[in-house]
Parts: sequence; C-alpha cells; structure tokens
Amino acid sequence: MKVLVPVKRVIDYNVKVRVKPDQTGVDLANVKMSMNPFCEIAVEEAVRLKEKGVATEIVAVSIGPQQAQETIRTALAMGADRGILIQTDDDLEPLAVAKLLKAVIGEEAPELVLMGKQAIDGDNNATGQMMAALLGWPQATFASKVEVADGKATVTREIDGGLQTLEVALPAIVTADLRLNEPRYASLPNIMKAKKKPIDVKSTSDYGVDVSPRLKVLKVTEPPKRAGGIKVESAEQLVGKLKEAGVL
Amino acid sequence: MAVLVVAEHDNASVKDATNKTITAALALSSDVDVLVAGLGAGAAAASAAGIAGVRKVLHAEGDAFDQGVAEAVEGLVVPLMANYDAVLFAATATGKNAAPRIAAALDVSPISEIQEVVNATTFVRPIYAGNALETIETSDAKKVITVRTTAFAAAGAGGSAAVETVTAGAPSAAVTFKGAEIVKSDRPELAGAKRVVSGGRAMGSADEFHNVIEPLADKLGAAVGASRAAVDAGYAPNDYQVGQTGKVVAPELYVAVGISGAIQHLAGMKDSKVIVAINKDADAPIFAIADYGLVADYKSAVPELMGELAKAGL
Repeated sequence: MKVLVPVKRVIDYNVKVRVKPDQTGVDLANVKMSMNPFCEIAVEEAVRLKEKGVATEIVAVSIGPQQAQETIRTALAMGADRGILIQTDDDLEPLAVAKLLKAVIGEEAPELVLMGKQAIDGDNNATGQMMAALLGWPQATFASKVEVADGKATVTREIDGGLQTLEVALPAIVTADLRLNEPRYASLPNIMKAKKKPIDVKSTSDYGVDVSPRLKVLKVTEPPKRAGGIKVESAEQLVGKLKEAGVL
Repeated sequence: MAVLVVAEHDNASVKDATNKTITAALALSSDVDVLVAGLGAGAAAASAAGIAGVRKVLHAEGDAFDQGVAEAVEGLVVPLMANYDAVLFAATATGKNAAPRIAAALDVSPISEIQEVVNATTFVRPIYAGNALETIETSDAKKVITVRTTAFAAAGAGGSAAVETVTAGAPSAAVTFKGAEIVKSDRPELAGAKRVVSGGRAMGSADEFHNVIEPLADKLGAAVGASRAAVDAGYAPNDYQVGQTGKVVAPELYVAVGISGAIQHLAGMKDSKVIVAINKDADAPIFAIADYGLVADYKSAVPELMGELAKAGL
C-alpha cells in the first residue's frame, strides 16, 4: 500500500512570532523554520505503518519555496522513501493546496493520505477535509489511533467531549491529532541515507490547476496585550479579591 | 443576503456554541436560518426556532447526522447553498470537520475561526496560535465560515421562527460509524464554562491532578482544563487541553494551577475575564497576564484556597 504524506515548512513552534511593523504579515526573515509538528506526527504514523508491513512506499510531498526541500529531507530521514516538491514562493490558500495535492494523488494513486490536522502558521485546519471533498473520498480527521486492514482504516478521532471511532473505506484521507504518536528523531545514518533519496521538483504550472487567491490579507496586527495584575500574599486575600471582582 | 447556520445540538436543544454562531451570522445579515440535522432532533429544532433573530429553521432527519459525519453534512448542506450566500459553523471539532468539505465542494476558500465580522466580506481571525490577527477580505460569492465562539455573545430567546422539514440524500457508504466514548461528567462543558480550573505539569501524576484540580473545580462549579504539558505527560485526557492545539476558552474566571504559561497555553485562555495563577515560580510567564497571582506551592495553596472558599460560603 502506498501512503502519501503532505508536509509543510513553517516557523518553528518554539519561535516567538513577531508581526511586521508595516502590518503586511509576520516576520519570517532569519527565523528558524521546521516541519509543521502535526505533519511530523503524520510522517511518523506512515513510517510505523511501513514498519508493520502495512505500507510499502511512503511519498512525502511539500508545496513551498526551494528550502522546503529541507522539510522533505526531514521526512526522508524519518523513513519516507521519496519526495515531491511543488516549488512556489507564493503563500497558497488551502483550496489551492488541496487542488494541487489532488493532482499529485491522480498521478501517484496512493491508497492512504496521512497528513497533519492543521499547520501552525495559518491555523486553518482545512486542507485534508478539502482534499477529501475534491476527491470524493471519505475522511477521518483529528486521529488519535489508526489501524489499517482489509482495504479499510479504523480511526479513533478526538471530538468534543471524548472519542469517536469511524471506519473508512480506502482510499481515504486521515488527519493527525497530537496524541496519535510521538515522532522519532532521525538517526545520523538515516539523515545520511536521506540525502541519497530522490526528490522530484515540480512547479505549480505542471498541474494545470487554478491556484489564484480568493482571500486578500488587508492587514496583520498584534493582538491586544493583556496587562498583568497584582500578586496576592495568601489564599485569603485571593478570595477577597475575587469577591471584589464579582466572579465568586 | 441569506445566511445559514448549521446547529450543534443534543437532540433536546441547540448548544450554546450555536447561539454564539447565530450572533456572528446576524452581524452579516438579518436573514439567518438555522439547520438542525439529527436523529430525533425535533425538540432541538423547536428550541432553535425560539432563538431571537432566527428567520426560519430547517430540520433534517437521518442516521448519519446523529454522529455529525462530515460526508453526510456535506451532502445535506451543499444543495441547500443554492439559497444562501454564506454558511456558518461553530469552530468546534464537528464544525471544523465539516466546513472545509463544504467549501471545497462549492469551490470557495473557507474562512476559519473568525473572531470579528468587519463587514459582509471582511473578517478578523487569529493566526500563529493567536500571536497575530489577520484581517481578510474574501472575493468568493459564497462564504463558508467557522466561528470562534468565545468572541461572540450568545443570541438569546424571544424568536418564533417556523420549522420546515428538509430531506437528505442517501448517506455515504464509504464511512461507517463504529462507536463513541463520550466522557460523562456533571461538570460544565469546558468550551462554554463560566469558570475553569486548569492544572499543569507541576501536578506530577494523574492521581495528583485528580486529587487537587478536580475538587477545586467542583468547589467552584467549574470545568476542568489542563495544559498541553499535563496532557502530553498523561495526567489529563486530551479533551481537557486548553491552548492553541486544544480548546480556546474565555470564562469569567480562569484558575491556572501549576501552569508556567507557555505561549501555546496562553493562546487558549488569554481572553478570560479574570485570570488567577498559582505557581511556586515567581518568574513563570503566566504571572505576566494573571490578574491575581499567588506565588506558592499548589500543594499548600490549593487546600488553603479550598478552606477560604468554604469560609466564603462555597
């Protein structure tokens, strides 16, 4: 079974985000970039499926600037077999990304797409669901457990108030939530091996897909800052203050 | 311009998150209809009809709607969109699951987690875990939007809309519901609670979390939350998680116990009205945003607080 894993290069999750003074966006110059944490979890899950003998080939796909090759290399070092980079300097919306990935899926014909539930830059939480709709495939989002057998995936999902289990017929889209697994660190030998694995570089025009934006960013601003309050000396004083504030 | 709100409900009544989504919808247009899809959801449809500002309620029955299966919601909503210019969902697990599917089917860019309606085409939404806000304008003829419900007040009672039955197509054969484990609790639901007590990694174990955080929450009639660190360490279930990767809450009172205040946690609770932090590290970042900070070990501070609350009649 072939598994396709889309991965995104984003600002590292430990970096403090700074809004540009001209309000055009977030300052990404000289900032550490990494693989989106949810994408890392998806890669890990794909590699575990391969280790179990369920998956036979893992293809990592990224859409982004030339440097997104590094993100694909990270996936290859974790255990993916080959990569595809659709190179673009434009910041594409989920709709355009979903259309491009649909085109890649048309060529690659994977039986399972494993991907992160959201990227931590745009926080849209949309691309997986959109791909599923465009392909007419079933989806199982926010997965905390995935089992694949007999042409089906049984997926436990994180929902409000608890967990839900769905069985989806393959091919299907599964998006990873935090608790699905703990991604491995790539070993040095595997990092060296990953350098020899192939990455196919394409451009958005290779797929004949309309990627024009539908949304215009008018401005990006800092959220209002919350002023700090006071320190209280004791639980007694705390309860007094909370009564004064009218919240007890 | 006509707007459709897809309701979340428990068959008996619509959830608070939907009342808040209706408020966001009314900022777009005065023509707001509510879709109640479920199995035996007649009472919920009737309750939606009683919400102020609702023009009409559409009621659909079907097995797949009971579990909020996205494919079924897509099949129901997409044809209805011939009559609407926008569809709004609460940005809950259910809403986030279904909305982008509908957007793709309509060939539009979804607009996720709006926290402000500037005008009928312009919205403000958080990005980078709430560390930045983007104001975006859509050029799509139809809009598919999810709403960050903590940013909107709940629409109240006082409506008397008509309820109309709509029929749904055949459900997708590719998805089968196998079961659900919903945590039964007498505590209020985290996302809409007026008070929240959250514990962090300082708890050290699931037992300690259970023995310290839960009694304090029950004393205050609060929902229980947790930091991602506490969830990752296995002290609390993921459903408790407050933060960028968990739930966003904005209660009247938020009590953070043994939580240092990582950016990702602050993103989920910084809009609370009053924030209390109890932490033995005086330099913990949580104190920079707390209204009342108590620098103390939770092991002594929480029992003292319980005692003081009892004295205060709670």
